Amino acid sequence: MSGQSTYVPKTSFGRWFDSRLPLMRFAHDTMLTFPTPRNLNFWYAFGAVLTVMLGIQIVTGIVLAMHYIPSGDGAFDSVENIMRDVNYGWLLRYMHSNGASMFFVAVYVHMFRGLYYGSYKAPREVLWILGVLIYLLMMATAFLGYTLPWGQMSFWGATVITNFFTAFDQIHKGLGTGIASWLWGGFGVSDATLNRFYSLHYLLPFIIAGVVGLHVWALHVPGNNNPLGIDVKGPQDTLPFHPYYTMKDAFYVALFLILYVGLVFYAPNLLGNPDNYIPANPIVTPTDIVPEWYLLPFYAMLRSIPQKLVGVIVLFGAILILAFIPWLDTSKVRSCRFRPMMKVFFWLFVVDCLVLGYCGAQSVDAAWNLGGISIGLVWVARIGTLYYFGFFFPLMPLLGLIETPKPLPASIATAVLAPAE
Amino acid sequence: MANETSAEPTRRDFLYIATGAVGAVGVALTAWPFIDQMNPTGSVLAAATIEADISTVQPGQQVIFTWRSHPLFVRRRTPKEIAEARAVPLSELPDPVARNANLPDDAPATDENREFKPEWLVVVGVCTHLGCTPTVLEGDYGGWLCHCHGSQYDTAGRIRKGPAPQNLAVPTYAFLTPTRLKIG
Ligand code: HEM
Ligand code: FES
Repeated sequence: MSGQSTYVPKTSFGRWFDSRLPLMRFAHDTMLTFPTPRNLNFWYAFGAVLTVMLGIQIVTGIVLAMHYIPSGDGAFDSVENIMRDVNYGWLLRYMHSNGASMFFVAVYVHMFRGLYYGSYKAPREVLWILGVLIYLLMMATAFLGYTLPWGQMSFWGATVITNFFTAFDQIHKGLGTGIASWLWGGFGVSDATLNRFYSLHYLLPFIIAGVVGLHVWALHVPGNNNPLGIDVKGPQDTLPFHPYYTMKDAFYVALFLILYVGLVFYAPNLLGNPDNYIPANPIVTPTDIVPEWYLLPFYAMLRSIPQKLVGVIVLFGAILILAFIPWLDTSKVRSCRFRPMMKVFFWLFVVDCLVLGYCGAQSVDAAWNLGGISIGLVWVARIGTLYYFGFFFPLMPLLGLIETPKPLPASIATAVLAPAE
Repeated sequence: MANETSAEPTRRDFLYIATGAVGAVGVALTAWPFIDQMNPTGSVLAAATIEADISTVQPGQQVIFTWRSHPLFVRRRTPKEIAEARAVPLSELPDPVARNANLPDDAPATDENREFKPEWLVVVGVCTHLGCTPTVLEGDYGGWLCHCHGSQYDTAGRIRKGPAPQNLAVPTYAFLTPTRLKIG
């Protein structure tokens, strides 16, 4: 970690322990004295929020696992048993299912924050890529978890998503079907599938926790970026993490948790799909299959493309392209505060993601009626997909070349401590 | 010390390469059981044949059986539906091959190649896009419409429009009697 350790054990036991395992020294240097830019704002609290949400998912998940039965016959009923008979089971399950949603709310804010302030740029590329990896693992975990209650959406969501792999049949006959039946352990989603999904759903959050450890490690090497996007030049630009940011983070975590419990208590099924309270039926597909809200933009992209293999490639490409933006962005300036053109395209990108999400939630043949002219949402989603990719390429590399950034302040301290104009 | 800088291969170099090679083969051989355990078990593969009684199916009706944990459509087609399917020129079909497990892989997707008896169409009810179950008698072609992403099939179960790449699969089957099918 940057700088010299300032840890001084206070007790003789502390000294004894420190010379054998410097655990307290590590905690002290990373969580208490760590020099942090003095201008971090609200949007920087979401890292702490995410850590708390991961903890909540693991704790509620472990107790749900004490009552859950991973079998085609038992799963749905065991979840109903959790909801009706297990003491506080309804609370634990709603905490877990809504916790997943709030986890994604936080991760999206966290990612857009990074995008806006240019936090993915040198020297934080590895930090950013580890973040993309966590996001991928979260999507996998949530998808696996959503299969577990074994309702109609669980079953058909799992069917559609695992069938992505059958697209590889178009590359080599039998390859895709082979992979899919290997994933299923059968000819389709079945008992065998549910069991392995449960095993992996239990495993992945702990892998996520491991990658989060690397992510924070990679953060502590260069230190935080900040809303100005300029480097820390000296001690006058920073504050010790404790008490300044422990307090600020705790405050926003508390606010976030209030929102979260509000959802749990007053609208626990708002983000869920009523079809998932119908037991899985392998013979009947629900009329409208929709994934959980946090996957909707990608789902809209998939549906907007009439060719199967291309659709699947676009879907995965949309996530993988995130890993390359440290090199796609050619601008020397990090923060959008000083990038007048990028700022506009950034907000357009946010709107684009929301529009795509909206399209993904509507049925395939839905259309907008604009004064007698009807525009199929498929076309809206196509334009949205085009902009999504266009934003990263060619816009990102191009903007860095043609845009004239605003002048950067000399240092964080001069910008933040200057008397108001 | 002299050994480590010598240009001649040493006994340690030999042991290093030999151990590495044995280790790599060992890891590969051990990995296989861990990978293969995910594949369908023998009992799943064994339960892959069913018999179906179709004596009560009326013209224009479809019944659904369960085969290999998937829906299996048995549709008794009306003369009009058969005529419609036969009138389609092959050039209008996105997927030109029959996808009939009872015929060679490259058999063309004519209506005749999709069934044994014109009246009876037997297809796996799994949309070839991403696996949803299409709904019968919907869509523009009188066959099936898949609500998931809008694929449309005609009265021979052939893909006509939408993201699905292939015709609905015709499984291996035989008429045991005029009213009894063996599938798989
Ligand atoms: C990254 C963290 C996690 C995420 C995002 C996540 C997500 C989900 C989701 C979306 C569901 C479906 C909820 C529903 O509709 O009922 C679910 C169910 C479940 N999860 Fe998790 N989960 C996480 C961690 C865990 C952990 C660590 C465990 C176990 C140790 C676990 C055990 C379960 C169980 C038993 C269910 C089925 C019960 C139910 O449906 O409520 N989860 N999970
Ligand atoms: S699964 Fe049928 S159209 Fe996608």
